[in-house]
Amino acid sequence: MTLWWWILGTSVLCFGTKCLGYVVPSKIMDNPRIAYMSGIVTIGLLAALTAANTVSSGQNVVFDARIGGLVAAAIALKLKAPFIVVVIVGAAATGVLRLI
Amino acid sequence: MISRLSPATRIGLAIAIATGLYGVSFGALSVASGLDLWQTMVLSLLLFSGGSQFGFIGVISAGGSGVAAMSTAVLLGIRNGVYGMQINALLRPRGITKLAAAQVTIDESTAVCTSQVEVREQQRGFWVTGVAIFVLWNLFTFLGAIVGDAAGDPKQWGLDGAAVGGFLGLLWPRLKNGEAWAIAAVAAVTTVMLTPWIPSGLPILAAALVVAAIGFVKSRHRVQRPEDSAPVIDDADRRIAGEGQ
Repeated sequence: MTLWWWILGTSVLCFGTKCLGYVVPSKIMDNPRIAYMSGIVTIGLLAALTAANTVSSGQNVVFDARIGGLVAAAIALKLKAPFIVVVIVGAAATGVLRLI
Repeated sequence: MISRLSPATRIGLAIAIATGLYGVSFGALSVASGLDLWQTMVLSLLLFSGGSQFGFIGVISAGGSGVAAMSTAVLLGIRNGVYGMQINALLRPRGITKLAAAQVTIDESTAVCTSQVEVREQQRGFWVTGVAIFVLWNLFTFLGAIVGDAAGDPKQWGLDGAAVGGFLGLLWPRLKNGEAWAIAAVAAVTTVMLTPWIPSGLPILAAALVVAAIGFVKSRHRVQRPEDSAPVIDDADRRIAGEGQ
C-alpha cells in the first residue's frame, strides 16, 4: 500500500515540475547556470542508474553477467542501433551469459 | 499519403513510434521490479516521462526505499520544467491547453518542436509527437506489463540486463563531449563506491549531489552555451525520421 503513495506522490511532483515550467517567467531560462546544472544532474543521474543496475545487488557490489549486458549495449549504441534494440541486446547478452 | 504530411508531423510520428515501442520494456521491467499492473500504468499515465519512470523502478528494483525512488524520479524530471519554459515561450498555450501541453512536455516533443523554424510547424511537431507518444507509450506499457508478468523470473530472461541497456541508452546521446563523459564517470564511480556503505537507492542520489556540486562550481566560470539545455534526439531517431537523407 505504501508503494502506492510513493507512486502517486512522484507522479504529482513530476507533473507539477512540468507545470512549473509554464508559469515561471521565461527570463529564468536566460540564466545559463540553471540550464547547465539541469543538464549536468541529468547526466549524473543516468550514469549513476546505469552503474547501480550493472553492479549492485542490494548493498553488495557484484560483477556478473550484467557487465556483458552493459558492454553489448554499448556496442549496439556505438553502431547507432535504435533504443529498443539496445534494450533487447542488453537483455539477450545478460541472459545468454547467465546460461553459460 | 505520407508525403502529404508536413515535415514536423512526419518526424513526430516516426519518433513517436520508435519511442512508444520501448514502453514494452518499461512495462516488463516495472512488473519485474515488483510493481503491479495498475501501479505500472499509473506511472505511464500520470508521471509520463521515460527517464523518471525508469529511474523510479530502477531504485525500487535495487531494493531502495520509496523516498529514494521518488527523489530520483523528481530530479530526473527537472529538465521537463526547463522544457516547459521553452515550449511556453514558443507556443504560448492558454487555459486547459496549458495543462495538456505540460503533461506531454518531454524530451522528444520538445526536441521536435524546437527543431522547427515556422510557428505552425513547431506547434504540429510538439502536439503530434507528444500526443502520439502518450498514446503509444501507454499502450505498450500495458502490453509489456502483461507479457512481463507472464514471463516468470525476470532474471532468467536477462531482464536486469535490459535495465542496464535502457539506462545506458538514455545516457548515451547526452555524452556529447569530454566534460559529459567526465561527469558520467564521476557519478558512476561514486555510486559503486558508496553502494556497500549506505542503503540502496541513496548512492544514486549521492552521485547526483556530487555532480551537482561540481556543476555549481564550474558554472561560475562559464559563459552561456544554450545548447547544453537543448533536448537531444539521438542519431538513430534522426535516421528513423528520415532526416538528412
